[in-house]
Amino acid sequence: MKASQIAELLNEPACAHNTKEKSGCARPKPGATAGGCSFDGAQIALLPIADVAHIVHGPIACAGSSWDNRGTRTTGPTLYRIGMTTDLTEQDVIMGRGEKRLFHAIKQAIDSYAPAAVFVYATCVTALIGDDMEAVCKAASERWGVPVVPVDCAGFYGTKNLGNRIAGESMLKYVIGTREPDPVPAAALADFRQRAPGGRVHDVTLIGEYNIAGEFFPVAPLFDELGLRIVGTLSGDARYREVQTLHRAEASMVVCAKALLNVARKLEEGWGVPFFEGSFYGVADTSQAFRDFARLLGDDDLAARTEAMIAREEANIHAALEPWRARLKGRRVLLYTGGVKSWSVVSALQDLGMEVVATGTKKSTEEDKARIRELMGPEAKMIDDGSPKALLSAYKDYGADILIAGGRNLYTALKARIPFLDINQEREFGYAGYTGMIELARQLALSIESPVWEAVRRPAPWARTKAAGNPVGA
Amino acid sequence: MAEILKRAKPLAVNPLKASQPVGAALAFLGLRNALPMLHGSQGCTAFGKVFFVRHFREPIPLQTTAMDQISTVMSSDENVIEGLKTICEKSRPEVIGLPTTGLSETQGSDVRRLVREFRAKHPQFDGIAVVPVNTPDYAGCLETGFALALEAIIDTLVPETRVAGRRRKQVNVLASAMLTPGDIEVVKDWIEGFGLRPVVLPDIGDSLDGHLVDAETTPLTLGGTPRGEIAAMGESVATLVVGRSIGGAADRLKARTGVPDYRFDHLMGLAACDAFTQTLAEISGQPVPDRVERHRAQLQDAMVDTHFMTGFTRFALALDPDLLLAFSQFLAGVGGEVAAAVSPVRADVLSDMPCAVVQVGDLEDLELAARESGARIVISNSHAVQTAGRLGLPILRAGFPQYDFVGGYARAWVGYRGARQALFDIANLFLGQHHDIPAYRSAFRTEPVGAQAGAGMVRH
Repeated sequence: MKASQIAELLNEPACAHNTKEKSGCARPKPGATAGGCSFDGAQIALLPIADVAHIVHGPIACAGSSWDNRGTRTTGPTLYRIGMTTDLTEQDVIMGRGEKRLFHAIKQAIDSYAPAAVFVYATCVTALIGDDMEAVCKAASERWGVPVVPVDCAGFYGTKNLGNRIAGESMLKYVIGTREPDPVPAAALADFRQRAPGGRVHDVTLIGEYNIAGEFFPVAPLFDELGLRIVGTLSGDARYREVQTLHRAEASMVVCAKALLNVARKLEEGWGVPFFEGSFYGVADTSQAFRDFARLLGDDDLAARTEAMIAREEANIHAALEPWRARLKGRRVLLYTGGVKSWSVVSALQDLGMEVVATGTKKSTEEDKARIRELMGPEAKMIDDGSPKALLSAYKDYGADILIAGGRNLYTALKARIPFLDINQEREFGYAGYTGMIELARQLALSIESPVWEAVRRPAPWARTKAAGNPVGA
Repeated sequence: MAEILKRAKPLAVNPLKASQPVGAALAFLGLRNALPMLHGSQGCTAFGKVFFVRHFREPIPLQTTAMDQISTVMSSDENVIEGLKTICEKSRPEVIGLPTTGLSETQGSDVRRLVREFRAKHPQFDGIAVVPVNTPDYAGCLETGFALALEAIIDTLVPETRVAGRRRKQVNVLASAMLTPGDIEVVKDWIEGFGLRPVVLPDIGDSLDGHLVDAETTPLTLGGTPRGEIAAMGESVATLVVGRSIGGAADRLKARTGVPDYRFDHLMGLAACDAFTQTLAEISGQPVPDRVERHRAQLQDAMVDTHFMTGFTRFALALDPDLLLAFSQFLAGVGGEVAAAVSPVRADVLSDMPCAVVQVGDLEDLELAARESGARIVISNSHAVQTAGRLGLPILRAGFPQYDFVGGYARAWVGYRGARQALFDIANLFLGQHHDIPAYRSAFRTEPVGAQAGAGMVRH
């Protein structure tokens, strides 16, 4: 990938970050950098497409320590969980045999696993030695009649975020718009018509929803109920043939992240698909997401049915959360997460009667910050420094009862003997939608109320006495 | 003598291999107040970090030189020097490990020269050791990367001396990547039982055993072999070397110090444990402690008790070479059969495997070989859980990574008690599989089919 192409990707006009001088990526500092690379980001964005053979073209480090470690779930094929890599050897690198190996590797994947498509991910070494992946993919695709899509995402191009965007660009360039959606299944349509006489089925898409821990499964039935057909997603529980049809969505939702805004924007520019940014975390946000769909689709009947559904779901969840609210009310939370979640989770926690004492805003935009002030008041405490030391001292200063952050900070909290809740994509529990709130409440109470904290903070009985004392019977 | 089949296909499917830089990082994580910094892009480190965090359930100190597009094409020299300086200023470690990656090796970065330049430019950090090591991921695997790092640690931190035996109770232990923190604790107790004082290098038993400390955060390793102890390894009476993969490191230590060494392929099972115990008795001149005798007798009892379950049982193993040999010899010693053996790389040790062939390959190869050979139990890392699921077989988790399982790092395989527990676990996996004789119902019987199915059942 050329430097100019990277610069172009870093320039995302739909992103509120774009105007800040820090836009895109500051150069990472050697010896003081955390976080994944572009290859990592591209995989996060695309691996959930379940019926695709995902081939990592490079030596072992890239796939070897990362395959099958994502929490995303599928309702069908599990091909995405099969790790595939060309596992280049020294000879391949020196003699330039990488392209040839890749070509045969693609054939092997097609022969053994009959994938709907093959995605090939570039890595640092193959980018550096100049393997022409695009040409190999084109040749392989023509030869074997299966779509083969190059994703040029070498790690040294930049951050995880950039990798997300590269992945989105690859989908726009090679996949989206290459097929028309199937007609709505007759049985499903009849069923819908019976429930909503005169109602219309609308095609929609979700961008940046990865179905972590299957958290979208409880939300999906509400889409069905409203007659919102998800033609495809990027990329939770997606299939290749569905991603091909995203251009026919009538509205798209960018879920909880700015990274794939480029896809939403280009769908709008190229195909007239309007989009909004939203979240399925918390009761208020979940309801808002459905309202936004109804608004973008401009369907009054849908809007009315949406309100009825929201009223019902909110009443149900309100009742179900009552016992949890009693336990969690007044508990103080230190929240440290990026971007949209810095406010979307705030409202979820406030729904539970909890008090968010401070929130991390390192990756948040001015717009995000405005939402935070709206939710937490003008005095809202915002934290920019996410180092373990800073987090722990904020935890103490604000008298928090639990730290909510990404998996990277899990052991920061545990080693400091404080309760913790994991909110990022490696987590094992789903918190999305109305019912996700119950799981969220349960996990919060589980950690906050655990007896282990008192036990591990208590000094050993012998710790206070310096001398050993007199032996019994002496 | 096993035949070794080399990799025969262009695509690795369900890789078994973890990379050399990750292995090298692990070795450095066994040094006290240390911080490894991988010379590559930030993803090399991020993936390695997640790999170990999930396995050990510990914070893992690991940094990166953060090569970006410009430094990849132009030069990454400044990244190394700036990275070293930043770490020295911020964290004040005693040792910085500097493994290379496929990226920096392909670029042709010369880390040794860069360390010299760093020394010349920043003499104020002379007190902080920097250990460079070449560990591209297009060669070797976790085990070999670990071994290369161990060689580099010895080259850099052990002075050339001829004072072997000055510390008459001190013995060195060179520990290969196959030993878990739990294993290392057992080895230390074993040695101390003979009145000797072990110096284990690297000592992940002290740094990655998972323990809470008073300090709430630290950017460096929480324990491990102290640098001073490494420098004094030349004064020991003997060196015990566990694992053939670190033979090169043992050669270096011996050449630098003249300390005599005793080499063991592994410490699993009765024969291997006996050889180690006998050596300790000879080095120390002490009788074997009663407690060791009792543990040995307990293992013998377990061998007798479980031989019904281990005998003729066919195992499918996919592990790094040292651990593969350890398990295979252990199982062969109790009547088990190695039905399928897969190693991520070629190694000398593989020719000693007690089986006809060893495949250099991946977990797809294991799956095919296990199915073909009628294996009954799989032994491999957490990635093979899916494999075992498709085969319908139970799995015993060993090696790296174990991310779906708590406490794999704390498990001891070595020693008499470790072997005994392994036998219990294997026997229980065997008992958990129901392989009844297929029922045969005579065509002449008149009782209607299915009539007796519910007979005698109490219904509620």
